[in-house]
Amino acid sequence: MCAVRGLTKTYPAVRGRRGAPGTPEVRATDDVGLDIRRGEIFGLLGPNGAGKTTLVRQLTGLMRPDRGSVEILGHDIVRHPDRASRILAYLGQESTALDELTVSLAAETTGRLRGLEVRRARAERDAVLEELGLTPIAGRPLRRLSGGQRRLACFASALVGERPLLVLDEPTTAMDPVARRAVWSAVDRRRAERGTTVLLVTHNVIEAETVLDRVAVLDQGRVIACDTPTGLKEQVAGEVRVDLVWREAAPLHVPEVAALQDRAVASGRRWTLRLAPEEARAVVATVTGGAAFAALDDFTLATPSLEDVYLALGGAARQGLVRA
Amino acid sequence: MSVVPAEVLPGGAPAVEETGRGGAAELGPRARLWPSLAAVYRAQLSRARVARIPLLFVATFQSIGIMILMRGVVDGGGEARSVVAGASVLVVAFVALNLLAQYFGQLRASGGLDHYATLPVPPAAVVLGAAGAYASFTVPGTVVTAVFGCVLFGLPLAHLWVLVAVIPLAGAALAGLGAALGLLAPRPELATLLGQLGMSAALLLGVLPAERMPEAVRFTRDLLPSTYGVEAFARTFGPHPDWAFVLGDLAVCGCVGVVSLAVATWAYRRAAVR
Repeated sequence: MCAVRGLTKTYPAVRGRRGAPGTPEVRATDDVGLDIRRGEIFGLLGPNGAGKTTLVRQLTGLMRPDRGSVEILGHDIVRHPDRASRILAYLGQESTALDELTVSLAAETTGRLRGLEVRRARAERDAVLEELGLTPIAGRPLRRLSGGQRRLACFASALVGERPLLVLDEPTTAMDPVARRAVWSAVDRRRAERGTTVLLVTHNVIEAETVLDRVAVLDQGRVIACDTPTGLKEQVAGEVRVDLVWREAAPLHVPEVAALQDRAVASGRRWTLRLAPEEARAVVATVTGGAAFAALDDFTLATPSLEDVYLALGGAARQGLVRA
Repeated sequence: MSVVPAEVLPGGAPAVEETGRGGAAELGPRARLWPSLAAVYRAQLSRARVARIPLLFVATFQSIGIMILMRGVVDGGGEARSVVAGASVLVVAFVALNLLAQYFGQLRASGGLDHYATLPVPPAAVVLGAAGAYASFTVPGTVVTAVFGCVLFGLPLAHLWVLVAVIPLAGAALAGLGAALGLLAPRPELATLLGQLGMSAALLLGVLPAERMPEAVRFTRDLLPSTYGVEAFARTFGPHPDWAFVLGDLAVCGCVGVVSLAVATWAYRRAAVR
């Protein structure tokens, strides 16, 4: 339903001014190609700054690409960016346009601006607020809500006035588990009843693994892999991740630990190692006995996640993906 | 967490791709101008009610304070009329020009325009809805200032009804200017600064009697759209107002309003899609 070919966008270099250093030219999306099928939850996964939001802005007609084509449900979005608003609903990261409205008025106004007449907009508003459990706080301005509740209210606005494609940019940021569940069951209901397609932007690995049908992994503006989460994880099936958390510093006087130092990615007191299963077993045996154990605070042994896939594929950012 | 396997979805997705290139899907409805204008207006007015009431008090007290100060300077007659008219229109300038420039400046900088840009709403509806809401929000402050001024300077209250025309027309001109400044300014601080400068200009050039100004300042005064609102309003305090001139001044306000709102709409389009 959505085909993207050779999409490229370059931000021009910014000359430095007094006190502010210049930035070089940045290729935010680099020859991106994607095929999103009807009814699937398609994810864009990548660390902050990978170009996810820039890509989504080009798909929603908010930004013109330098090169390439975007076709959604047979419409050329690069040539007719205004058509995007009649095919898709977009939940951006910012809520400033709605912040001072009440939850109820935000949803109703958005519905009316999506072309619904008053009575229909109100009926859909009531149904969506009820579905997401927002009815008790319908009369409160978004600004007075917690981050997660505000996000849920913006999500509600995105659902009023049905669209065949939902583009959600990190929809569950700051949400508690109850709100997250409300979001995903609302998405599932629309998928089951109407075949709604979802394009989800996320840097949350766990979310990506649990809700996505397929995922494109983005790094520095390029798609470095695109498959089902299971299919991607099979690429690194031979590896196991070992996380070691030391009490203070790593006991480098233990020769076995010192030998691991080069292979570990250190982040504060945490060492992360990606090892073959036998090696992992040996490492766990070493650190859970003798002198190393005295210095050990905690350890975990895990099968590979999408984060490991990202790193195995040559993802440059060592941090930026979230496991939560 | 997704419990619905993609294969059982209506349309057999994702195994079957939908109709090929020729069969483009039907587009959702477009929001029509007037209903969406009404929706934006209503939303903006409720926003203003929540967040801007203290500022309306500030605007009103500022104008009342200026009139009290000017009482020691002007000696009744023509000068008093322009002080009262200028102070009343100043409330409109404060809210419609200054606050609207700030609002659009911040909305643009924070990415809030994306919300409107991804809805099938005509740009004019967003700009006119916001401008109209800010202009109507000035009504109570302007009326209170005008009545207070008339009592203070002993002017007749008979023709205050003319505010029914002055507020929307001066409001349109100033709100259009404010929206255009806010949407065109490259940074939000600059939008705030321009809004403040516009309001200061309305204060200095509108309230202070023109006869005492040097030639250059009087010329600048003629360029400011609020001046014509002030003039129109000031004329109606006279014993026998010349309604042709009042209408002429209001027509200038209206024309500036149309032009500046058109510029603001263009600026909105430009800011929304980059």
